Amino acid sequence: MQNLITITIDGKEVQVRDGELLLNVIRKAGVDVPSLCYYEHIDPPLGTCRVCTVEVNGRHVASCTTLARNGMNVVVHDDPTLHDTRKAMVEMLFAEGNHFCPACEKSGDCDLQGMGYQLGVNVSRFPHLFVDRIIDYNPKRVVIEHNRCIRCRRCVDEVLTTDGKRVFSFANRGNDTEVAIDYEQEATLTEEQAVHAMHICPTGAILVRGKSLARPFGDRKYDIGELANGETVPVVFPDVHALKNGEKKVIATVSLAGCFGCHMSMLDLDMGILDLVELVEFNKSPLTDIKHFTKKVDLGIIEGGCCNSENVEVLREFRKKCRILVAIGECAIWGGLPAMRNTLPLRECLEEAYLHSFTSEEGAAIIPQSEDIPKILDKVYACNEVVDIDFFIPGCPPSANHIWKVVKNLLFDQEYSVLFPEFKYD
Amino acid sequence: MKQAFEKETGATLGGTDASGMFGFYETSCIGLSDQEPAALIDFCPVTELTPQKVKTVVAKLKTGSPAISICDEPKNNIRYTPGENTFILKDYEPGAALRNLKELEPVEVINSIKEAGLMGMGGAFFPTGIKWETCRKSVSNRKFVVCNADEGEPGTFKDRVLLNTMPGLVIEGMALGAYSVGASEGIIYLRAEYRWLKEKIEQTLEDFREKGWLGDHIPAKQPFSFDIRVQLGAGAYVCGEETALLNSLEGKRGEPRTRRYFPVERGYLAKPTLVNNVETFATAARILESGAEKMRKLGTKDSPGTKLISISGDCAKPGIYEIEWGMRLGDLLALCEANDPYYVQVSGPSGVAVSMKERNRRLCKEDLLCGGSFMVFDKTRDLLQILHNFSNFFKQESCGICTPCRAGNFILNRKLEKLQLGLGSLRDLVELEDWGATIKQNSRCGLGQMSPNSIVDAIHKFPEYFDQRVDKSGSRLNMGFDMAAAVREYEEAVKE
Repeated sequence: MQNLITITIDGKEVQVRDGELLLNVIRKAGVDVPSLCYYEHIDPPLGTCRVCTVEVNGRHVASCTTLARNGMNVVVHDDPTLHDTRKAMVEMLFAEGNHFCPACEKSGDCDLQGMGYQLGVNVSRFPHLFVDRIIDYNPKRVVIEHNRCIRCRRCVDEVLTTDGKRVFSFANRGNDTEVAIDYEQEATLTEEQAVHAMHICPTGAILVRGKSLARPFGDRKYDIGELANGETVPVVFPDVHALKNGEKKVIATVSLAGCFGCHMSMLDLDMGILDLVELVEFNKSPLTDIKHFTKKVDLGIIEGGCCNSENVEVLREFRKKCRILVAIGECAIWGGLPAMRNTLPLRECLEEAYLHSFTSEEGAAIIPQSEDIPKILDKVYACNEVVDIDFFIPGCPPSANHIWKVVKNLLFDQEYSVLFPEFKYD
Repeated sequence: MKQAFEKETGATLGGTDASGMFGFYETSCIGLSDQEPAALIDFCPVTELTPQKVKTVVAKLKTGSPAISICDEPKNNIRYTPGENTFILKDYEPGAALRNLKELEPVEVINSIKEAGLMGMGGAFFPTGIKWETCRKSVSNRKFVVCNADEGEPGTFKDRVLLNTMPGLVIEGMALGAYSVGASEGIIYLRAEYRWLKEKIEQTLEDFREKGWLGDHIPAKQPFSFDIRVQLGAGAYVCGEETALLNSLEGKRGEPRTRRYFPVERGYLAKPTLVNNVETFATAARILESGAEKMRKLGTKDSPGTKLISISGDCAKPGIYEIEWGMRLGDLLALCEANDPYYVQVSGPSGVAVSMKERNRRLCKEDLLCGGSFMVFDKTRDLLQILHNFSNFFKQESCGICTPCRAGNFILNRKLEKLQLGLGSLRDLVELEDWGATIKQNSRCGLGQMSPNSIVDAIHKFPEYFDQRVDKSGSRLNMGFDMAAAVREYEEAVKE
């Protein structure tokens, strides 16, 4: 029997065993603390992601690498900046990798995504880095999607062959650090071992050939289960509202480099849209086919990011004319699927599309250009890289409910909360 | 210099020439900042390069001369010692420290170190006596003493000079440590960039063995056996962090361990290990030789003794300065003949950015500590360019293990690039500070915790510089978006 000690967690004294892992101690005390790289039986814990950061005696520590000692004063939630710190770690991971949730096999079952939901990440405060990384098809059993790897190290420490040999290791350093694979050892993995590797990977970086992760929407880990259980996502709402009262509020919408899917989602309000037109007036919008602003607008809704010069001009026009701007959908928030080209040089993309494509005629094809068509930008830019955006609604597309709640909040100051099933990146 | 090398070797930076004879790469600081421009060729140093010298050197290499036959013997450039108060760099008499062991119990050695008030000279300034005592108290059948000669902080080269001029002193310091804590095995972890010093150190070790100062039955009051070997690093900055160093010694990837145990409890091969910096061991040896009282009389109350400072940059006399703790910054700048300093980076990129308003600050624990690196820049240098260089360094040298250091430094790096292009706004400065604070607070080891220091300091201390470089209109159109640059690639692609 180990000695009992007393520590304070968010002002409450608790008795715990000396030397027990702080992360577990906090959780046993009924206090919720998020964790990402932590994996119960890897000892000592990895301590790589820093998402479980708490404050101990005034200093930030990763609770998964700290042992409980007598008299510790632990702050988890009492200081709101700690929540923001943990959120920043997750946002960094999103900004660093190329995480295209709508196009990822692991979406819905991805721990990184789940962590984003749990912490209320609707946009990364950090601009996405878009570094070109490879997808490694060389291994026999698995495919390694380096774009999605968050270097948590779980696979390095946990995946062993039947002979006890390691399959993964860390290579390079700095921002080039990546998981390297021993192809020979990888080939000896049993199917069970390979599937295990796929499952312990917190993102979709390890995929097993011939095995599907797919589960129907609504049945996936982060669609249902503990997180979805009537709890709400801790989104930080903007402190901007359309102030004037009485008059009909004016809305404008646009789809930039998007697919109009977000606009379709708005139409999913169904009969609700009839209520909406009673309350608001639409100005410039594909819904009204009004091409130019005719008045000042209370709320501008932007779908899609900026992939060409016209997108930028339109977005700037929206910023000038609209009191509040909301970016909706993954593309508007950080580029989304069109940004898949961001890791490649533009020239390569253009040549592939116009000169070397299957249907282009040898020698006759050109890259289109005319003063009447917009110029393509070197990469797809998130809307907030071009103008200030007041609020972000994630999703591909966001649910009609979510959009509607935000609109009501911004225009009519109505309180709202977002339920987990309504908050998605895909 | 880059052009000269590219022209002469035919290799472009980051690759090899067609024949594969030459490979030409950029590296972080190689500890020769006092005789720059410098390079390592097959790990042999060439210093004070000029295009003409590059031509000669490369021509000789092409004729098949080995690099070792044409490289330079780096100068020591010891520029200043404080007269009779010189403590570290005075004449060295081999064995002078060691012979005291015949009259001293291990605990008495530790007491002297404590009395003298010695702190870790690598830059962490942890009280050395307490470290030695803790290690002594750790119970184990096997203990190690490791000398951290992985001097990687850009702008530092004091350990290079110590190892080059008096390796024996460092070895004696290690022996004192070993005697104190009860260790019988020692390792000098020498950075790969100092491979050219290895032979000299090993020769000194051999001399010591011959004299009976290393090996079995070293003359001492208590039975004492101790030997030392040299192990080379592989060129990673993070391995200067002591737990990463221990991992590297064990042949593992150089990454810091989680802070569950101190190395003095569980270090190399999970045995209690005493890790100290080169200068710390050298000073420890001097304490036994000259006495703790002598050191106490020097320096300031909280930081007794002297310190080796490596000065480089825009001054007439770059090199090594042994100063008494407490010296005014302005006096040191005058000593090294920095004519028109604008900005000084104290303790390297992970240290403190200092403006000339702080001339009267004193280098000591009470005010401004300096781990060794002291880089002077005049007005001809662009501050953002310097900060971006520092940022590149951290971006590359992070071990990549923890999120804030690996991703965060990359993100800061991009932000600095934006400022360099003149596209920054006031908000970018605020974000640099906020994000810098996030990296500092949450990184796993000292590397990440210190990495944003220079950026955050500079923003505070050089407002007149940053004011001119950011948009202060508060426009909600983000001025950081540069349309002309964004369409340039397209325009070029359709031109053909």
